[in-house]
Amino acid sequence: MPTDHDPSALTPEEVLPSSPIPKVRDGRFQPGRRLALALVLLMVVGGVFWLMSRTPTVSRSHVKQEGKRQDAPDFALKDINGKTVRLSDYRGKVILLDFWATWCGPCQMEIPWFMDFERKYKDRGFAVLGLSMDDDGWQSVKPFIQEMRVNYRVMIADERTGELYGGIEALPTAFLIDREGRVADEQVGVSSRRDFEDGIEKLLEAPAGDKRAALN
Amino acid sequence: MVSRNYWKLLPATSALLLTNLVPNPAMAQTPSLMVKAPVGVVVKKGATVDVKLTATLNEGFHLNSHTPTEDYLIPLTLKWEGPLETVDVVYPKPQMETYSFDPKPLSVLTGQFPLVTKFKAPATAPPGPVTLNGKVRYQACNNNSCFAPKNVPVTVVVQVLP
Repeated sequence: MPTDHDPSALTPEEVLPSSPIPKVRDGRFQPGRRLALALVLLMVVGGVFWLMSRTPTVSRSHVKQEGKRQDAPDFALKDINGKTVRLSDYRGKVILLDFWATWCGPCQMEIPWFMDFERKYKDRGFAVLGLSMDDDGWQSVKPFIQEMRVNYRVMIADERTGELYGGIEALPTAFLIDREGRVADEQVGVSSRRDFEDGIEKLLEAPAGDKRAALN
Repeated sequence: MVSRNYWKLLPATSALLLTNLVPNPAMAQTPSLMVKAPVGVVVKKGATVDVKLTATLNEGFHLNSHTPTEDYLIPLTLKWEGPLETVDVVYPKPQMETYSFDPKPLSVLTGQFPLVTKFKAPATAPPGPVTLNGKVRYQACNNNSCFAPKNVPVTVVVQVLP
């Protein structure tokens, strides 16, 4: 005997007694109901994307699979001692390439982490390279890195360098580069220390050296 | 009745879908400051006049006030060139806000704010229109990123009266 609390036991006519919507046939949803379900699904997916777009952190560390990594563009920039530094000089090492500026508060939050990483992972074939986007170059950067006692190499970059990396608009923007000189991860905006460390550890654990590394 | 509830959800579903499709200012990727200048400004020669600009920064961003709390931060500035003397620029009162990247409150501006400049027309100024060219310089950030300083040009035409 059907009850009010057991809808599955009702006949289609009882479920939709006066609805203009086509009734259930053979236990399947009619096209109208499929549309409704599709709309609900779209709403959920759209809502998720909307929430993600409002989340402050733009990206998380997700080291790309090897086959999906692209070569990191090479550059030649001067360091604080006037010595030319090329990214290709670091082939065989894992690199954290940080685009930053002295006027960027979020960048300053990450710099002490990067100094720790430099200390902690240096002996395992890791290096941090800081690329400052300050318009006035060393005038601002030199006293800043001296006061912060930055322990990794810093160079003055420019818009052209930023263009090589897809156009740097938001700072900080950091790239993790694997031992073969390929971009394994990109993080725009402040990320978490743990995200960085996870990425660095993954890349350091990967077997070192392919044909290109062997040439160096 | 589960089957009926699908249809009850339709209006809400459609509304939410539309909300998701309509561009949301907070989703903008970069900061943008719109500066609106007044028209019909007049001043008698030898007198002063206040010119009020209205600046609007898009939602989700803040910019450093004219008096940022840290030396390394780039302040909001307004500079003018033209035949009238710039007596004073009055910047709006900043808000003190704390962001996740800095435990100390920062002196910032958000949304819409005025920028008022007091000009003085020289006593010898010939009557007629004069053009003042201004430049608003600002540096903006959101909760986790900062963006390069930008300049916004602004032009005001002032009618000098005898």
